[in-house]
Amino acid sequence: MCGIAGLHLRDAALQPHLGALLQTMLCQAAERGTDAAGVGLYGDPGLNPAGQATVCTIESPLVATEAAAAVERALGQPVRSRASGQTTVFTAAVAADLLEAAVRAALPGAVVTSRGANLSVLKGTGHPDELATTFRLADATGYQGVAHTRMATESAVTSTGSHPYSVGPDQCMVHNGSFSNHATIRRELKAEGVEFDSENDTEVGARFVAQQLAGGADVEKALRLLCERFDGFYTLLVATENSFAVVRDAIACKPAVVAETDQWVAMASEYRYLTGLPGVENARIFEPEPEVVYAWER
Amino acid sequence: MTDATPADFAAQGLRESATFDRTTIAAIQHAARTGIYDIRGGGAKRKLPHFDDLLFLGASMSRYPLEGYRERCDTDVVLGARNAKFPLHLSTPVTIAGMSFGALSGRAKEALGRGASEVGTSTTTGDGGMTDEERGHSKHLVYQYLPSRYGMNPDHLRAADAIEVVLGQGAKPGGGGMLLGQKITERVAGMRTLPVGVDQRSACRHPDWTGPDDLAIKIGELREITDWEKPVYVKVGASRPYYDVKLAVKAGADVVVVDGMQGGTAATQDVFIEHVGIPTLAAIPEAVRALQEMGVHREVQLIVSGGVRNGADLAKCMALGADAVAIGTAALIALGDNDPALDAEYRKIGSAAGYYDDWQAGQDPAGITTQDPELQQRFDPEVGGRRLANYLRVMTMEAQIIARACGKAHLQHLEPEDLVALTIEAAAMTRLPLAGTSWIPGQGS
Amino acid sequence: MGTLTQEIPAPTVTTDVDLTTTSVRELNAALHAEPEGSTAAYRVVHPAGRHAVAVGLDRPVTVTVEGHVGYYAAGMNQHATVEVHGNAGVGVAENMMSGRVHVHGDASQSAGATAHGGLLVVDGNAAARCGISMKGVDIVVGGNVGHMSGFMAQAGRMVVCGDAGDALGDSIYEARIYVQGTVASLGADCVAKEMRPEHLAEVTDLLAAAGRDDDPAAFTRYGSARTLYNFHVDNASAY
Repeated sequence: MCGIAGLHLRDAALQPHLGALLQTMLCQAAERGTDAAGVGLYGDPGLNPAGQATVCTIESPLVATEAAAAVERALGQPVRSRASGQTTVFTAAVAADLLEAAVRAALPGAVVTSRGANLSVLKGTGHPDELATTFRLADATGYQGVAHTRMATESAVTSTGSHPYSVGPDQCMVHNGSFSNHATIRRELKAEGVEFDSENDTEVGARFVAQQLAGGADVEKALRLLCERFDGFYTLLVATENSFAVVRDAIACKPAVVAETDQWVAMASEYRYLTGLPGVENARIFEPEPEVVYAWER
Repeated sequence: MTDATPADFAAQGLRESATFDRTTIAAIQHAARTGIYDIRGGGAKRKLPHFDDLLFLGASMSRYPLEGYRERCDTDVVLGARNAKFPLHLSTPVTIAGMSFGALSGRAKEALGRGASEVGTSTTTGDGGMTDEERGHSKHLVYQYLPSRYGMNPDHLRAADAIEVVLGQGAKPGGGGMLLGQKITERVAGMRTLPVGVDQRSACRHPDWTGPDDLAIKIGELREITDWEKPVYVKVGASRPYYDVKLAVKAGADVVVVDGMQGGTAATQDVFIEHVGIPTLAAIPEAVRALQEMGVHREVQLIVSGGVRNGADLAKCMALGADAVAIGTAALIALGDNDPALDAEYRKIGSAAGYYDDWQAGQDPAGITTQDPELQQRFDPEVGGRRLANYLRVMTMEAQIIARACGKAHLQHLEPEDLVALTIEAAAMTRLPLAGTSWIPGQGS
Repeated sequence: MGTLTQEIPAPTVTTDVDLTTTSVRELNAALHAEPEGSTAAYRVVHPAGRHAVAVGLDRPVTVTVEGHVGYYAAGMNQHATVEVHGNAGVGVAENMMSGRVHVHGDASQSAGATAHGGLLVVDGNAAARCGISMKGVDIVVGGNVGHMSGFMAQAGRMVVCGDAGDALGDSIYEARIYVQGTVASLGADCVAKEMRPEHLAEVTDLLAAAGRDDDPAAFTRYGSARTLYNFHVDNASAY
């Protein structure tokens, strides 16, 4: 079980504060899960420089500087790296799929946790408060972010088991709840050639959505199809390069609060994660209805 | 005319099917006749890997026994010291499991309180709330907090000695309480805020929290309401005990209770009892492993229940790593359930002594699992209390005998290395070697 | 009897509590420590969505909270009056026995869950499972209630001035539900029922107690059809 939070900025003036605001949300969420934490950040120029692709990994067999050198050799282009706790962030002026291929070739055993032009996923095991410091979250900027604190239910507490799950370019998912038929869906996806990094139920949801998006569906359709296929209790927050979406299962026992102002849209497992957001006293606050997809476009 | 025996049938060349045996035939015909599933009381009745599949290695040359009586073997246990101002100090690690007033008569609840208090252990309320009889007669009372919340109120919460948040029970992990109309008398109905005579429908989930993350907040509320005085237990039916115990600890439990499939219920569908949940023996090592991995074994206590019958079972639970056990069915039998002396009475209602499990019907001739005023009169709570106290003392002494034979001055000093297994299933489940070998199935030689 | 002397009510001293500097535990402990029969007044500021605010109260005190509270505010309330000038999280006034809880904003899921008595008023909307398993409480919601409201409602009255979501009153026992707006769908064994004079009077009283002036005649009564009280094989599809 977990705490999830997300922030989608409408007012560009708030972008320098994305990380600081996300940190206020993440640290309130810490009580819901202290096993691991993660953030997905969109549009931070340090993590995702303009004109470059970024690939994040965990469990890299090499330290950041050596890893960068190895990836650079595989890619044949300059590669920069940055260590952020258990995550290593690689950037290069190539397409994301090329950089990802080079990372996989150069670093067998590393798990790719995000790829894209706009998104970086920083995650790992440990207490959310410590991880926020390790990730230097307060300094991050950008246009939207998701955050997650984990209380591991059935799978082990490992960095690969932590959220957000990003399995498609610039996509990520955080999940509060517990799917009940994901083992079967994982087998179906595997039979279709999808490869998995963990035994985690959330990864199955993320790969299902990624497959739908890759097939041309928009986020709303992908999540509607997920509701039809997946059983169990879940509140999901899914972000892509251009969208920010929330959906709950039909029974809707797991909590979800959405707050909306002209400056931002935020989603959280508990209202108190939102208390640090500017103007929240005057926000429109509501709880998502079951099986309705709420999506905001950039 | 004497009844024909299976031997006679075999001699005639008749053969019963193991798949469609007479029990199965009767069940199918019952379903066809009535259109309703079979509901009964008790726990799983079929043969399962259980404590009888384990044996103790008593002292001989390499280890030394303690003298009986003179050399101490202590049996006390402290439950819930982690957070509560007033943990429970019990004289014996055998406690009485949650059983509702409604499922049981008021007199039976009183007897349980009397017997438990006499030996210095606790009783537990059930899915119907706290009665004056039980609070009055029970020195240590654990108050269950269930999905139905029947009878739940803060005054009783404050009057309790511990709070047990119930997610489920071994007879039906994933199911809620059940009490049929014939037992919903005026008093029961009043306590549960139900119309008299309805078949109670019970929730299987709590109404205001789902999942360990929200449970943590709920436990916080319960502690706030009771000023952090009382231990909070979390009870689960044995299903995925490794995950459930870890999550209970993460959610803030001071004590975790794991109830295996042999654990009894007052009323549930037979198919649920027999086919959902895992045996107690399989659950204990998983629960202990979870606590050890989190570094809280003995700090968060483990109470185990589901088919505990005697001091040997108690000692085996302790050796596997439990801090205490709870008994339900065994306690009722001690009070007089299924007494052979009542066989003629059982025959009148279509059962027999030793077979009676229609606790849901409320016609118990022993006056224990009934709300019928006439039948209740047959049960004397003082006599019942003494019988329970006797039984609890015997269980405790039996465990001490075994512990002393293993050289232990305290029941809690029993450890897995004092045990071996008789069957491959038991060995695999408990990670103990087969007797006379060093082989543990699944872990190489 | 003459009234030559008039009793001047003693001025109520309000205790201010700021939850940025005082813990919820300290607040609850102070409230629990009030002497029996105390009518003390407390004003709580900066709750910032904290959980378990003013729980387990057992005195006729008044607690006014300025801001949003988290889960289980006023849980298991007895005798006290709790006003929340903001929103309330999951399970506000859960298992209340008596007293009054008034949420001036919205309430999250399971508002008034399993409560036995007292009055819960929500001026805004209540979310899913409002009044779940209610056992005698009165609930008045100025706005809408979410799906599965009144689920397994055993006793008490719920008045919804707005709309109700899906599966209203599923598995309802003897509680009475009144809805002014639309009902998305009814739950198992829940049916619309005749509004007789005693029901109009009941709605009138409840609205007045909640300080509302909606027209009682605009409400429809819902309650149990009582077909699921004892199992019949013909009702198997409802299970």
